[in-house]
Amino acid sequence: MENIKDFLLHDFFVTGEPMIYMADVAIILVSLAIVFVLTYFKKWKWLWKEWLTTVDHKKIGIMYIIAALAMLFRGGADGLLMRAQLALPNLHFLNAQHYNEIFTTHGTIMIFFMAMPFLFGLINVAMPLQIGARDVAFPYLNAISFWLFFFGALLFNLSFVIGGSPDAGWTSYTPLAEKGLDPGVGENYYLIGLQLSGIGTLASGINFIVTILKMRAPGMTLMKMPMFTWASLITSVIIVFAFPVLTVALAMLTIDRLFGAHFFTADSGGMPMMWANLFWIWGHPEVYIVILPAFGIFSEVISTFAGKKLFGYKAMVWSMIVICVLSFFVWVHHFFAMGAGPAVNSFFGVSTMLIAIPTGVKIFNWLLTLYKAKIRFTTANLWALAFIPNFVIGGITGVMLAVVPADFQYHNSYFLIAHFHYVLIAGTVFAVFAGLHYWWPKMFGHMLNERLGKWAFWIFVIGFNVCFLPMHFVGLMGMTRRLYTYPADLGWTPWNFIETIGAFAMGVAFIIMVYNIYWSARYGERDTTGDPWNGRTLEWAVSSPAPEYNFATIPEVKSLDAFWEMKKNGEVEKWRKQPLEPIHMPDNSYRPFVISVLFFIAGFGFVFEWLWLGVIGLIGVFLCLALRSFEKDEGHHIPVEEIERTERAAGRL
Amino acid sequence: MVKKALKSLMLFGLSIFALTGCDVPVLQPQGPVAEKQFHMIIWSSILMLFVLLTVFTLFGFVVFKYRANRANDDDYEPDLEGNTKLEILWTTIPIIIILLLAIPTVITIHDSMKNPSPDKKPITIEVTSAEWKWLFRYPEQGIETVNVVHIPADRPVHFVLTSAGAMNSFWVPSLGGQMYTMPDMKTELWLEADKPGRYDGRAANFNGENFAHMTFTVVAQKQADFDKWADKVKAEAPALTMKEYKKLLKPGLVGKKVYSSYPAELEHASDMDMPGMKGGEASEHGKH
Repeated sequence: MENIKDFLLHDFFVTGEPMIYMADVAIILVSLAIVFVLTYFKKWKWLWKEWLTTVDHKKIGIMYIIAALAMLFRGGADGLLMRAQLALPNLHFLNAQHYNEIFTTHGTIMIFFMAMPFLFGLINVAMPLQIGARDVAFPYLNAISFWLFFFGALLFNLSFVIGGSPDAGWTSYTPLAEKGLDPGVGENYYLIGLQLSGIGTLASGINFIVTILKMRAPGMTLMKMPMFTWASLITSVIIVFAFPVLTVALAMLTIDRLFGAHFFTADSGGMPMMWANLFWIWGHPEVYIVILPAFGIFSEVISTFAGKKLFGYKAMVWSMIVICVLSFFVWVHHFFAMGAGPAVNSFFGVSTMLIAIPTGVKIFNWLLTLYKAKIRFTTANLWALAFIPNFVIGGITGVMLAVVPADFQYHNSYFLIAHFHYVLIAGTVFAVFAGLHYWWPKMFGHMLNERLGKWAFWIFVIGFNVCFLPMHFVGLMGMTRRLYTYPADLGWTPWNFIETIGAFAMGVAFIIMVYNIYWSARYGERDTTGDPWNGRTLEWAVSSPAPEYNFATIPEVKSLDAFWEMKKNGEVEKWRKQPLEPIHMPDNSYRPFVISVLFFIAGFGFVFEWLWLGVIGLIGVFLCLALRSFEKDEGHHIPVEEIERTERAAGRL
Repeated sequence: MVKKALKSLMLFGLSIFALTGCDVPVLQPQGPVAEKQFHMIIWSSILMLFVLLTVFTLFGFVVFKYRANRANDDDYEPDLEGNTKLEILWTTIPIIIILLLAIPTVITIHDSMKNPSPDKKPITIEVTSAEWKWLFRYPEQGIETVNVVHIPADRPVHFVLTSAGAMNSFWVPSLGGQMYTMPDMKTELWLEADKPGRYDGRAANFNGENFAHMTFTVVAQKQADFDKWADKVKAEAPALTMKEYKKLLKPGLVGKKVYSSYPAELEHASDMDMPGMKGGEASEHGKH
């Protein structure tokens, strides 16, 4: 009995930190509130039937986005805690261990559980609509992808209150992340949490590729696809080549930690540097996994609000393909200073610089898309326009970092931190915000408030620059990343203080954005047309929110910007009046949810090295797989009357 | 010409920081290695500033000029879809810029692996990072120090680096860029201080709880002063016993320490393969 109590208080629950007790209370209260609301409004059945078991790509996309927003909150709170600790020298707001855990979870969450799922959410919502499909190629697998991500993220976040958070950085370099230097379960959470969501990501990549290659509307050749669809395709190809490397690396480190192997240990023949290699062989392509869909979103948004064709479509496609190929040949630039010879460093330095060329081509094409345009400054477009100058700052520091001898001075310093926040925030985060405002009416049938949106935009963009621009200088002053505190006499204090102010401004902007979501849901303008922006691509041809079956009849595509051309040639009415036929749709399934819960249970077992629990969970997983393979599910047909009813309700018949 | 432009630009950059009264070691190089890297920083900044200004100007121009609510939108061309000449232009110019950057980069990479002042005799110092301190061994003097490293000024220093625990990175921004320390591996770093002085050194790669406190001081002295210091350490400081050495390697913080000798069995302890070098040759480097 004493043993159990001892275990619970020392190893299982994280104790002794007021902030974590607060988190415990908050988690319990929020959970109770959710249970209460669902029960009070009798929504349990609705939740289960409409959401937890759904295979509809739009609903899965929305769930991705909600989860990503929650993770943006968590990762952002981590960031603000770090900035609070660094606002002044020698603060004791956080201790070293706590700070180390927080920067680790900040990075991991923002990359794996915010940036990627947010983009996956938008791809899920928009891509099938853009190509005139009724769902993705494998809707059941799509649900599994989402739930594996969800439970992977849940497992990772559980570490905050149960067992302790990982603390070896989001890059988790060995041998620091090995058991010898990092006992406890924190790193196990990192390994297993990422492994679970990684399986989901890989499955999504395959799913998107097949969807785009096999399910486009008649007439839509590859070179007539919207740019966001192209970006999704190329991103998926990168995922399929890069993620297996992460899977293997995570598995090897898990085997090291759980079963005492020596892949990456410092002794017994292990090779710690091999982790750095494997991690970045995945990690650099990962950068493009989160930036190419962003480029796709910007292309759509800029072209729509410029009221113009995208300039240099072919060059845009080819530059993405070149980036995709190059992304696999630059990974060593993450550790030039690990003593590689001059030939190796020269190769990877130059290959890194080369990426600037296709990226530059894209920047100029966006600028020329704006040339002789009629630019409408909607919130979505503001995010897309702000991307160009801000991203270019991150781009040029990227080229500067590729200058190997100079990199020895920038590496691991705040100059580097500034660089990658400029590309990841001005690239990916601005993109998901642009996409959120742009596709919001298509998801929910109402617009987001423009006034609140613009407030959030300006506060965020100014706060972002106030926070990250000074980091360049403080890096050149010798401040390295991952310091939990610094002495007062180095001249870093004023810059750090300014950075903290900027960070909190971004926090304020996020709150306005969330309030905007609430306000617009209640009072926002309804989108009755389905085409609130005078759009160019097929997602704007259907009503808002898109009906379950997306397209009552599949349009015939004749050119790029298919819907724009239909409108121009007066073909929209004709298309809508085509005779209806019953539509074949996939059935919902409870199993993607259940299988992911079982993965979660197994994962929790492996985190605590309770192999019995891990094995039980995995047996459950295999049982589900077996059941699925004996299942005959032909889906169902939506009868013509129901389609007519839906279309009439949307004012389309 | 280029040199002159570089110099004035450097002065301009420095004056910004001088105004704020800060130390910016990366931009105030104190030795030939840091200086070469500083030149690359300035050269790449100039090229990138050109890119930045071009994009910002074009961006400001199109966004202002082609706003939807302008007075006269006769120039609106919704079907404008490409221009081969322009596209060739903005592919070629970046290629030229990249060439202007890549060539000096590759040359400097090769230089940075060599003695920065080949006409001067280098001194070798072996560096080991541990949790959370820096150990410095002087094979030529037979002494060892912790968290402080004395070097002769105006003489190239050949640091041979390894780690006794997690990876780390050895960085003295005033004297030059960093190099990782890795367990079971050896890396090298050439640095040189132009003149006597004290320079801050720090751990650049995260290695656990007390990482933030893992700093060290580089004390550059005139050769005669350095010799005097080494002799004094040899004569007066305690010897580093194996027991003490093992204690040092345990995780924890310690102050600055000097030792008159180190255990004989550690003489070749750090003779391991150097990445990027042929295995057999590496062990020769420790003993000039």
